[in-house]
This record gives sequence, C-alpha cells and structure tokens, in this order.
Amino acid sequence: MKVPAISLLAGLLFGAGLTVSGMADPARVRAFLDLFGAWDPTLAFVMAGAMMPMAIAWLIQKRMPKPIACDAFDLPGTSLLDARLLGGASLFGVGWGIAGLCPGPALADLAIAPFEAGIFVVAMLAGMIVHRITTK
Amino acid sequence: MMLPGFPNAMPVAGLAGGLLIGLAAAIMLLGLGRIAGVSGMLARASAIADRGAPRAVALAFVIGLPVGALLVTLASSGVEQRFTASIPQLVMAGLLVGFGTRLGSGCTSGHGVCGLSRLSRRSMVATLTFMTSGFATVGLMRTFGFING
Repeated sequence: MKVPAISLLAGLLFGAGLTVSGMADPARVRAFLDLFGAWDPTLAFVMAGAMMPMAIAWLIQKRMPKPIACDAFDLPGTSLLDARLLGGASLFGVGWGIAGLCPGPALADLAIAPFEAGIFVVAMLAGMIVHRITTK
Repeated sequence: MMLPGFPNAMPVAGLAGGLLIGLAAAIMLLGLGRIAGVSGMLARASAIADRGAPRAVALAFVIGLPVGALLVTLASSGVEQRFTASIPQLVMAGLLVGFGTRLGSGCTSGHGVCGLSRLSRRSMVATLTFMTSGFATVGLMRTFGFING
C-alpha cells in the first residue's frame, strides 16, 4: 500500500472516531471543560478508548526496527520541558475552552458545519502563520 | 447508554469513537513511523511548517478527517453538533489554538492521545497544562456570564 493511502486511512478513521465519540460537537467538548456547569465526562471515555490501541502500539513499536511502510521512525523527543511548551499549551487551552474546538474536531467539522468550522480553521491557520513569522 | 449522574454523557459511543481514534494513531505510528498529531499535520499540509511529515502524507491525513466525519454523518441519523461560540469568539479561539499548538508543539491528539500513551514526560506536562487552562477559561467564561445554564 502506498504511503499517502495509509495516511488517508488513518485520517478517515480518526475523523470517523471523532464524530462517533461526540467530539465533533463543540458544546459537548466545552461541557467537559465546564466543571461548574452540567459536567459531561464523555471526553474522558474518548481518551481512555484511544489510549488502549495506542498503548499496545507503543509496546509493538519498541520491538520494530522500522515502520511497516517507511525506512525509519520519525518521533519527537519526550523529555524537554521549556517555556514554549508551557506557554503554547496554556494559550491552546484558552482557545480550546472559548470555542470547544481543538484542531482535529475543527477539521472534521468542516464536513458537517462548514461555515462555523471554516471560520475557526482559517483563524487557526492564521495563528500558525503568526507563530511562524514571530518565532525563530 | 446512560451514565448514572451524568444524563448527557455518552460513555459507550465515547469509548467506541476513542478506539477508532487510537486505531488511527496506531496505524500512523506502526505504518508510517509518525505521531498522528493533527496540528502538526495541518501545519505541514499547509506548508506553514518546513519540517515534519512529507506533504503528501500530511495532506492525505488532513483530508481524511472531514471525509471520515462525513461518512459517519451520512451513515447515521445525524450527528449532534452545536456551536456555542460567536463569530468573534471563533476567530479569537482559532488564533489562540493555531498559535498555541505550534508554540507548544502539539494538541489533544499529538500530546494527548499519542504522548500520554507513550508516557512522554513532555506530553504529560503539555496535556496537564492545556487541560488546566481549558478548565480555567470555561470557569472564567461562566463567572463573567458568557455561559448560562
């Protein structure tokens, strides 16, 4: 199987999973973050469900010299803690809370609510460009 | 199925959808040797980032997300989707999410799903940070009357 086809399959399953799980619904995501409202724990079940295949995948990955369809693993480091990580995650969390949207659901929602999701995605791309311009 | 005490929660659908998300991330890891991080893939697909996955790989993944969502929507009796944010809020939130995920090198998928399951110290700190920030933001919005009910 060609490499982009594998990636497309992963994207399809990811988008399907977001939709099945209710994470394509910004109100539900925000309700998870709303500890003082009608708290909705669904997102915790989604994370638990996603952890299971991935925990197994990491165990398998340790025993693989290279991935199935590529020459080498290309994975980020796991230990560096710096101001960028903390500052970036903090800002991301504010945006996530305001709209109930993070990048995956926002892209998935383009298929279901193109107007609202489109506004968010264009602004998100603009934010990424601002980061590129302002950060060396 | 209902969860006692939380009438709005969807525990079974959440777990099932989560399994699909984890399977997708496992295919990306074991098949292509990469993290299925949506913010990183989007930055590569749009050529905003110079380094990362090959562009064709990133583009295929990013296109797959809405197509997968569309397939589920067509196959089901309709997917609940309620946008609570106003247009200015969507713009502000999008800018923060775009900038923040680049600065912090990941979002809920890369740091959350992939990094936590890898027991990455970096991702655990990032996830704890953006969750705390998200809780605080929604708490403040409620305090200042942006959220009612």
